[in-house]
Amino acid sequence: MSKEREQGMSLIVKTITRLTVGLILLYGIYIVTHGHVSPGGGFAGGVIIALAFVHLLLAFGKDTAFKVLSESMMSILESTGALLFLLIALIGFVGGHFFMNVLPKGHPFNLFSAGIILPCNIAICLKVGAGLFAIAVALVLLKLAVEKEEK
Amino acid sequence: MLAIYIVLMLMIIGAVIAIEIKSLLSSVIAVGAVGMGLSLIALILNAPDVAITQLVVEIISVIILIRATIKKDLPESTTEQRVMSGVAALVFLAALVLVGIAVFKEIPPFGQPIMRVAGEYLANGVQETGATNIVASILLDYRGYDTLGEATVLFTAVLGVLTVVRRQGKKSEKSGGGSDHE
Repeated sequence: MSKEREQGMSLIVKTITRLTVGLILLYGIYIVTHGHVSPGGGFAGGVIIALAFVHLLLAFGKDTAFKVLSESMMSILESTGALLFLLIALIGFVGGHFFMNVLPKGHPFNLFSAGIILPCNIAICLKVGAGLFAIAVALVLLKLAVEKEEK
Repeated sequence: MLAIYIVLMLMIIGAVIAIEIKSLLSSVIAVGAVGMGLSLIALILNAPDVAITQLVVEIISVIILIRATIKKDLPESTTEQRVMSGVAALVFLAALVLVGIAVFKEIPPFGQPIMRVAGEYLANGVQETGATNIVASILLDYRGYDTLGEATVLFTAVLGVLTVVRRQGKKSEKSGGGSDHE
């Protein structure tokens, strides 16, 4: 049972996953990058991106998922997101104070508008996506380890 | 308004089912239904940002619950002090209802907020930040400091989970005792 789970689910699920994972990832990136124009933002988009990787993890097992995004890469991405967010906040001191919107505002409804909000969204997306996928992986691996011990 | 009440009733039913049902999988699914109801309410109240976030967080939490905790047994609650716990629950519930009634008299009626600061944001948000999504402009421009705190909370939570369930510690524990899981 445990060995079967490591290899992933049936062929039907794997085929559907191959088709849908890219679309889910693309939708997550869309939600993140258009967070300042339409509903969405870094948190929701980051969770959707994490869900795409969880989808991969459930369908193909942990080996394939780790080939796409390894454990060390996850922690690097999460720390990068947190530091990037803090760095953007500190850049505000150029203009005067913490979290000052120093970048050009641009025209409303354009993709490259709203100054620091787009980079902030991307930083939060990295943090949330990598962090939630790391939590999911840790809990699934813990369950596999517990099942193995019970055997 | 009627739609909100219908969804609220369904959420209460789902919550009761989640508590009372024996099967753990059915309980997790009922909790997921409650979360979906909350997302629907956010959508009915014209808050798509909250609805999207609630929906995706609900999905990932249901997946994690089903994958990670479904095989663990529920701890049986002791039934010895049933009278005392019943009285305590009634007293707590009565206090909660009384405080709730007192609080709800003070807050403005449903759908008519005071809008002191929020009116300012709505009036000047697009010119000052350039973002057409007012939620993003409040979260990441006006209230960026709060979002930094929230990000720190999430970072700490991930750190805590990874520390508790890390495999390095599991291995040394297994070599030491071996009976760490019942």
